Amino acid sequence: MSTTRDMGRTSDAADVRGGGEVQGVSTVPGPGSKLGWAAADSWTMTRRELAHWARRPVQVVVGLVFPVMMLLMFGYLIGGGQGVDGDFKDYLVPGMLAMTMAFGLEATMLAVTQDLGKGVIDRFRSMPMASGAVLVGRSVADMLQSVVGLAVMIAVGYAIGWRWHEGFVPFLGAVGLLLLLRFAMLWIGIHLAMVAGKPEMVQAVQILVWPVGFLSNAIASPESMPSWLGAVVEWNPMSATATAVRGLFGNPGADGDSWAAQNAELLAVAWPVVLIAVFFPLAVKRFRDLSH
Amino acid sequence: MSDHDAAIVVEGLRKRYGAKQALDGLDLTVRAGTVQGILGPNGAGKTTAVRIMSTLLRPEEGRVEVAGIDVMTRAGEVRSRIGLLGQNAAVDEELGGRQNLEMFGRLYHLGARRAGARADELLARFGLEDTGGKPVGQYSGGMRRRLDLAASLIARPEVLFLDEPTTGLDPRGRTEVWNAVRSLVGGGTTVLLTTQYLEEADQLADRIAVIDHGKVIAEGTADQLKSRTGGDRIDVVLRDASQLARAAALLPGAAVTDEDRRMVSATVTDRMAALTRTVGALRAAGIEAEDVAVRRPTLDEVFMHLTKGDAA
Repeated sequence: MSTTRDMGRTSDAADVRGGGEVQGVSTVPGPGSKLGWAAADSWTMTRRELAHWARRPVQVVVGLVFPVMMLLMFGYLIGGGQGVDGDFKDYLVPGMLAMTMAFGLEATMLAVTQDLGKGVIDRFRSMPMASGAVLVGRSVADMLQSVVGLAVMIAVGYAIGWRWHEGFVPFLGAVGLLLLLRFAMLWIGIHLAMVAGKPEMVQAVQILVWPVGFLSNAIASPESMPSWLGAVVEWNPMSATATAVRGLFGNPGADGDSWAAQNAELLAVAWPVVLIAVFFPLAVKRFRDLSH
Repeated sequence: MSDHDAAIVVEGLRKRYGAKQALDGLDLTVRAGTVQGILGPNGAGKTTAVRIMSTLLRPEEGRVEVAGIDVMTRAGEVRSRIGLLGQNAAVDEELGGRQNLEMFGRLYHLGARRAGARADELLARFGLEDTGGKPVGQYSGGMRRRLDLAASLIARPEVLFLDEPTTGLDPRGRTEVWNAVRSLVGGGTTVLLTTQYLEEADQLADRIAVIDHGKVIAEGTADQLKSRTGGDRIDVVLRDASQLARAAALLPGAAVTDEDRRMVSATVTDRMAALTRTVGALRAAGIEAEDVAVRRPTLDEVFMHLTKGDAA
């Protein structure tokens, strides 16, 4: 191998310490540029994640196809629509969109857990980069992934006969509420990953996410359930988003009698905001506390 | 040495993990532009010390200055002046070598163009320019460690921390890393190197601090440390192993015999006198020697001596 020869002949003195302006590393930015660097660092970390996707296309495609399979499975195989008035596909698609966003928690948690186990996080932390950039980069990348995921699900929904009936602005509002739910799940996922620490713990959370995901109105109306269960289901944050999104799309299932159903749009905003307000600072603190 | 010439000053460092006192009052001063070896057994506190010095970990007590800057209160400024090669490869294993270096260059705020140029320069320097887009996960251990070293040099650090840089490498990988480290020395960079291998400290370090149970138990040049085990040693290798006992009786002081190597050795105080006397005595007794040599003790012997707990 040519390594040793190459290393020997380079002008080492110039390469290592480098004096004065040749060094050219912006060390401590002023207060104005600090925010600029934080944004640049976060974008670099986002690009890192995008580069990972380019390296594992199969995994990315499976991640997009899985919720589509769920949608088709419930739409055709299981069918039914317990207690749903109106077209089941119009009821099901918004529910599956909400569920896809909620299940994003697993993806985020798994990715963060795997990342934290690697030495590269130590390098990031030993560099003069913005301290939050690792987490912000992760959240931007996951949100981009979710936008693509939503687009695929909406396209497949349309293909199997689902329609929205309320025009473009409510449509965008619905997409906004879905992404807000995803953003809340993202910070819960980051926090849980920091607490759990090990990839084995992700499995436990994955098992728990399923009942929480299905204890919702995503595929069956709470009115078809025993009243105590229906109440639990209606107060599930995912149900609030699903109900609000159904309303905005003009799909059936948005006209329940309970307070939670009547105020679904309020809850669809309030739940994620509260979850973000709790888990965002917790996650950031956990990340900072890696030094203790 | 005054703090003025020092690239690293560590005073009274303490850090506890649960019941284990990882660092128990560590003191160390490293002169700028030198290679300081930190030698110690597993669990002696080497990695903890490096993690504190490189801003990754906060101690419970003590003070650390790197390049004249306090690591606790001005971590950001320290980070732009140091490079770190940790025990685990601190590179993104899914990405290629160039992708890694370019990403780190951007995070050092070199800007896209200079980050790319610096990546190419370092890849060439460490013999990694032909790796293409191959993910680092498929590199050999030595290649990965070289990329790691390249990454820690992106910002031309004043102080470079190498935490057990050759642990887990095969002899060839170790030689590669040693050559890379040697090529850095003389450029003005201060290098702090931890190792479990005495040979590594002997080969690379100007000064060596031996640490055990979280504090420094001996410090000095390799020669100074060797002198502390009580002088030189004489080794006599015989033709005929059956004569070992007779030869041992002729040597000064308590001799140690090694049947397999047909060797007998002893500690001596005066190198030349011991050599002359021993050769004469062997000849007079009619014992045929294959080799007679006076040598300094190895660092292994020093290390065993020091960590036995009878060190001064």
